[in-house]
Amino acid sequence: MIIANGYLRKDGRKGIRNVVVVAYMVQCASHVAKKIAEGFGDDVQLVGFTGCYPNDHANRIMTRLCTHPNVGGVVVVALGCESFPRNALVEAVRESGRSVELVVIQEDGGTASSVKKGRDAVSRINEAMADVPRAPMSIDELVVGTVCGGSDATSGISANPAVGLFFDKFVADGGTGIFEETGELIGCEEIIRHRSATPEIGEEVVESIHKAARYYTIMGHGSFAPGNAEGGLTTQEEKSMGAYAKSGSCSISGVIRPGQIPSGKGLYLMDVIPDGEPRFGFPNINDVTEIIEMAASGCHIMLYTTGRGSVAGSAIIPTIKVCANPETYRRMPGDMDIDAGRVLEGRGTLPEVGQEIYDLVVKVGGGTPSKSEALGHQEFELPYKTFAIEESPFDCGCAS
Amino acid sequence: MSCIQIDPADNIVIATSPLKKGDVINAAGRDITVMDDVASYHKVAARDIAKGEPVLRYGVSIGEATEDVKAGSHVHLHNMRSTYLPTYLRKGE
Repeated sequence: MIIANGYLRKDGRKGIRNVVVVAYMVQCASHVAKKIAEGFGDDVQLVGFTGCYPNDHANRIMTRLCTHPNVGGVVVVALGCESFPRNALVEAVRESGRSVELVVIQEDGGTASSVKKGRDAVSRINEAMADVPRAPMSIDELVVGTVCGGSDATSGISANPAVGLFFDKFVADGGTGIFEETGELIGCEEIIRHRSATPEIGEEVVESIHKAARYYTIMGHGSFAPGNAEGGLTTQEEKSMGAYAKSGSCSISGVIRPGQIPSGKGLYLMDVIPDGEPRFGFPNINDVTEIIEMAASGCHIMLYTTGRGSVAGSAIIPTIKVCANPETYRRMPGDMDIDAGRVLEGRGTLPEVGQEIYDLVVKVGGGTPSKSEALGHQEFELPYKTFAIEESPFDCGCAS
Repeated sequence: MSCIQIDPADNIVIATSPLKKGDVINAAGRDITVMDDVASYHKVAARDIAKGEPVLRYGVSIGEATEDVKAGSHVHLHNMRSTYLPTYLRKGE
């Protein structure tokens, strides 16, 4: 099924959007970057890394985001003295066939002249991007991720299983799906092992969940909160199963880490827990971090299930809110795309909601903005993490 | 509709509205009388569950009964527990 007139990139991947990102290399360059992006509209978006100390994970995520299929061009904004290897990033973006320009505030005369230089660059890139080749894009070229946030007792009953049914159909149709949060798979190890395409993948999946359990134990914090019990959940494995329901029942094709692009089609588990000893704090400090990591791994669209009603969106990729709680949907209809909670009031079935999600994914893939996208939500967060990944962080991941 | 069964194998159902002791609900094709007041989205035993038997939701075990549980009873911290990790509650609760 053809879903869009996609933006064809040099690596063969296709985008469903064609945005310019203004990428700051340290917090100290963020004001200039913000001024550069201002006033161009929703298609010029701000991303960046705030830290001044070097971090391969940040390098990898920034490179993957700047060469994301939805991105057509990049303005890199550096202060000048930070650690981020800006030239390697610029080179990787250029290599990927995209327009890229570099502003270095300390070399370009300070704030005012850097803002001017950056804004001129955005105008030039916008012009160049008008010539990006287009090509029909079919459903099996789409990568869809899922996260849950602002969960309540309804999440695991309505929205999450409905997203699971979506993935069963989407993956059967040749699509690629990514789900994550291994910390919320604790207790589901043996069930998920049996869904893995090979025993080796099963072992890797179970290992990633054990790693999460160990990490959370050291941090002194698991995913079960007292509020969960008030909402009717009794055990960690019960909560985990509710989150796990988002992944449906299809076979699991592999495990990836943030910024790694799935090597084939099918459903992938993202192992978001840092490797090695806990170093930089909690694995995922908020939901936006998770969405950004999944975008970096090539997701075009994020299915964001919520019970209490999160409003967050994301830079670069549209997020679709699948609302689990019918009360929340009635309270926040302007933010919620799908009323999955209606199944709890007898107004529809899970398969119907799964189909509704599928239809909306096709529509948003075809260019219709999701609600958070239309409202201008472009949240972004990229914290420090450590992963034992062999590929260079500046490999744009395009060869696979 | 006052309850939902997520998987046909489940031995509990989820209340989709607050239930009162004495209410009759249709749990998995069978009328049962609710034995306790149950808040929305809490679990109700769809059949008798013996002490030590797994509590099934999503078709898999989410813990075990710590006492014999009669059909229609509220199933929660007082009569089931994790077979995996103790459940953390705020102090004094």
